[in-house]
Amino acid sequence: MSLIDLRAVSLQYGPRQVVRRVSLQIEQGEFFAIIGPNGAGKTTLLKALSGLHPLHEGTIRIRQRPIDDYAKKELARSLALVPQQVDAGFPFTVAETVLMGRYPHLGLLAVESKRDLELARQAMEFTEVLHLAGRRLGQLSGGERQRVIIARAICQQSQILLLDEPTASLDPAHQLRIMDLMERLRHREQVTIVMVSHDLNLAATYADRLLLLKDGLVEKVGPPREVLTSEQLSQSYGCTLMVDDHPQLGTPRVNLVPEKAAAAINRDRESL
Amino acid sequence: MFGTLPVYRKLVTVTLMLGLLLIAAILLGLTSGSSGDSAAAWQHLLGRGASDATLETIVWQLRWPRVVLAATVGAALSLGGMVFQALLRNPLAEPYILGVSGGSAVGAILGILAGYSLFPGLALSSFAGSLAVLLLVLLLGNRREGGGDALLLGGVMVNAFCGAIIMFLISVSKTVQVQKIIFWLMGDLSAAGTASLPLLLGVLPCFLLIFLLAQPLNLLLTGRESASAMGVNVPAVTLTLLVTASLMVSLTVCHSGLIGFVGLTIPHVLRLILGPDHRVLVPACILAGASYLILCDLLARSLPSQGEMAVGIVTALVGAPLFVVLLWRERR
Repeated sequence: MSLIDLRAVSLQYGPRQVVRRVSLQIEQGEFFAIIGPNGAGKTTLLKALSGLHPLHEGTIRIRQRPIDDYAKKELARSLALVPQQVDAGFPFTVAETVLMGRYPHLGLLAVESKRDLELARQAMEFTEVLHLAGRRLGQLSGGERQRVIIARAICQQSQILLLDEPTASLDPAHQLRIMDLMERLRHREQVTIVMVSHDLNLAATYADRLLLLKDGLVEKVGPPREVLTSEQLSQSYGCTLMVDDHPQLGTPRVNLVPEKAAAAINRDRESL
Repeated sequence: MFGTLPVYRKLVTVTLMLGLLLIAAILLGLTSGSSGDSAAAWQHLLGRGASDATLETIVWQLRWPRVVLAATVGAALSLGGMVFQALLRNPLAEPYILGVSGGSAVGAILGILAGYSLFPGLALSSFAGSLAVLLLVLLLGNRREGGGDALLLGGVMVNAFCGAIIMFLISVSKTVQVQKIIFWLMGDLSAAGTASLPLLLGVLPCFLLIFLLAQPLNLLLTGRESASAMGVNVPAVTLTLLVTASLMVSLTVCHSGLIGFVGLTIPHVLRLILGPDHRVLVPACILAGASYLILCDLLARSLPSQGEMAVGIVTALVGAPLFVVLLWRERR
């Protein structure tokens, strides 16, 4: 039985349909990436998975239970979202922010116990932000802030982690740090990870399976090797993308080809 | 110094310290004033000295109801300011500046003209006035351009308009009762009496409800989607808090008129000292707001050599400059 089960899911923004009849199963412990051009409906699909966007048609089941049957706090105990942006307007400290992840586990008074504090400490240790515990969120760099929000999600202790472009606006070192963190988390806790990403190479390196979405429709689902082909990507993204193999890892590697070079390649091909 | 304490220890420490402050303010409010001798009043409170009927009347019939009213109004206004600042994400939001107090006053005066009694008729018409203004201000501030400033400007204009309506109603009215309510424009606590009881009963559940919603309010400050994903029912929490805060404010306006800036001064000072956690700020705002208005009222009734002045003058003298400082810091 699949952990997450989407059946013919359609989603709308006002009158506009942004996701059309998507069916999909995601298994426990899987690292699953959603890719596709801008406006394909990736983020909307992720929001629907986290219960933030209403379903227009179809069903989403988590552990065989429809997502609409979950109470809000109950759903938050099953899945945690790392949004693209978190407001840092009010001066909460890192420790306070991470502790907020305990909210779905707390009672009416929402006062944390020693155990909650310990869980927050462990989460901060894991994402290497413990030394920042007393700092304000607004004083941190983008990479540090992202690690704090991931610590908050870990503190939530949900078995499913939903990430919305977790590495956007980070330098390569921070991108790798975040992704390696996800990898360790998955192996240590058997956490299932669903990630929306524009970085096809990161997705190719870390994900078990990919969903390629375009105009709200499923173009292709499968392991990176099957989804990331030159023909498929060039057609879906509407530009020339060449896929070869990573020299060390052997995973597919996506290369950008500028317009001029693409024209030259096509000419060569025709002249052969 | 409070940064590293777990929230329950922080809560207990802050509640005890500000609780002591409130007790001190109440004792001071009971023993000092323009009439009578304060040393004798202390003796009376401690149960010593000869029994004195005049002193007993002054302390328990005049000062005690007034201290209780000041405490309740101060607590409700500062808590209301805290809620509006957090929900509207604007550090300058406050019931008086947003015009919510003004709307309540117009509602209350219309209630008086209609001949309603203080409770529940007046309380309800005042509540309706505050909700109407809140809705109007939210619509005005919801425009994309301008952001926070549009909200404040909208509020200031609505407030000015409400002030004009109040003066208009007073000048055309022949009712003796209405002619006396000029104090509505300049908040005043001299109306204290046994009629204050329903007010007290009305704000206490509001305090409790806001305390229970303190952690969802913290989560809301990290973003609506982020809060929702952590299990907060965002529309329900937002609506409950807005309505509760308006109810609290309108109940106080019925008794004391427009007392401005309490909801700005107290939450700001407390946030500076205690940090942004609303689970600590809610009890802190209640206790410190109560103490603050008792002391402001004490100044208002003891500073003038003859008679007394409205407490709204004292709070505005402290609060308006603070507003300017905060506005200047925001702009930087």
